Amino acid sequence: MATIVIVDSECANLSSIYKAVKKVSLDPMISGEPEVIAEAQAIIFPGVGSFAHAASLVARKNISRALLEVIASGKPFLGICLGMQLLFSKSEESSLTRNDEPAKGLNEIKGEVKRFPPGLPVPHVGWNRVKPVYNDQLFEGLTGGAYFYFTHSYYASPLQKDRVLGLTEYGFSFTSAVKKENLFGVQFHPEKSGPAGLRLLANFGKIIADQR
Amino acid sequence: MLAKRIIPCLDVRDGRVVKGTRFLNLRDAGDPVEMAAFYNSEGADELVFLDITASVEKRQAIVDVVEKTADAVFIPLTVGGGIDSVEFMQKLLNAGADKISLNTAALKYPGLIREGAEQFGSQCIVVAIDAKRSTQKNKSDENMQWEVYSHGGRKTTGRSVIEWAIEAEKLGAGEILLTSMDADGTLEGYDNELLSKVVDAVEIPVIASGGAGNLDHLYEALTSGKAHAVLAASILHYGTYSIKEIKDYLSSKGLPVRPVSS
Repeated sequence: MATIVIVDSECANLSSIYKAVKKVSLDPMISGEPEVIAEAQAIIFPGVGSFAHAASLVARKNISRALLEVIASGKPFLGICLGMQLLFSKSEESSLTRNDEPAKGLNEIKGEVKRFPPGLPVPHVGWNRVKPVYNDQLFEGLTGGAYFYFTHSYYASPLQKDRVLGLTEYGFSFTSAVKKENLFGVQFHPEKSGPAGLRLLANFGKIIADQR
Repeated sequence: MLAKRIIPCLDVRDGRVVKGTRFLNLRDAGDPVEMAAFYNSEGADELVFLDITASVEKRQAIVDVVEKTADAVFIPLTVGGGIDSVEFMQKLLNAGADKISLNTAALKYPGLIREGAEQFGSQCIVVAIDAKRSTQKNKSDENMQWEVYSHGGRKTTGRSVIEWAIEAEKLGAGEILLTSMDADGTLEGYDNELLSKVVDAVEIPVIASGGAGNLDHLYEALTSGKAHAVLAASILHYGTYSIKEIKDYLSSKGLPVRPVSS
């Protein structure tokens, strides 16, 4: 079944991403069913809110197993915002149970999600530049450091530097895009980033088309 | 570097834009969807719809406006005006809004900020504060230099702006939209003293509103006022400046802005 599935983990507003993906002439469907996710040709995994809450929703609903299956099979996968953070090992964002154990992610990209250091306005809200560290199809036509829309209080820090695809300056340089083979994650919201965001989604569409 | 945001604000009543005369090139000068698309193409970084519809029965109109706008415009959309329940927030978010601006309802029931933030995330909740400089009797109290007004600026609340901003942040607000009632409509500049005090009191970003009359006013709000973003209505709607002119000016003065063409 040739479908792009936007994962509904009940922790994101999906109308914006659905509309933006439609706008670039792709035909997505929204689903939270593990069977549908596992059968998808490509996955878009959005998310907002708290890491621990989202991680528990994804685990409880058996979505995480389906996501891991899709990733293992090498199908194109794009995590957005919290959906990118959930690809990491863990987050220092306090868990629901308020114990001090960091909440666990999918562990597909080794590393931790951390709070921005004190002294910076948090959340990091607004338009900032993303500089790709190497040429990749996802950033085709966007290599000059295009502006994208961000809104987040935590940032992902990969252990392996070769996972870093894009960097953004906010008091320091943080990882705003990651890649591992066909697995992509972006901290910003392409669906809210005007022409640059639509271009990135169209590029992701090309990556999917190339798999056929 | 995080860019300074320029945010046009559209007042919408019964699904139609009120205020604004420059849109002669549009088929319909009062159509919020067309105006949103116009500002988007001009390089607006976000859009705010302020719903001033009086009757509850006609509230569906703003939902339709948001829905149509979100089909065509892919930048953040904030909706404010009369929102007093998580259910209505949900409705607007489903229609394509990204942020909800709370004002009077949050003053009556501050728990609404927390409920919204818990359900949709802090990035979703903007608390709008209408601030007015206090009369002489309160001036001795440092925190009472500015007072919060509710009901579109018609009612005094007796609350300190600084304290309310801090409380809103604690309850989970992701941004503060701060309007100076003294400056609003004067075209004489933002209240930068108020702005910088609120910016210093909270960690979350503050959007300046009220008083912009020229390009220097915008620059001042973003520098001496320390605002993270500026909301503008009159100077855009009446065609005094285009967003490109604003961004070119700010950029020439060394402030980071998202280029219009990107």
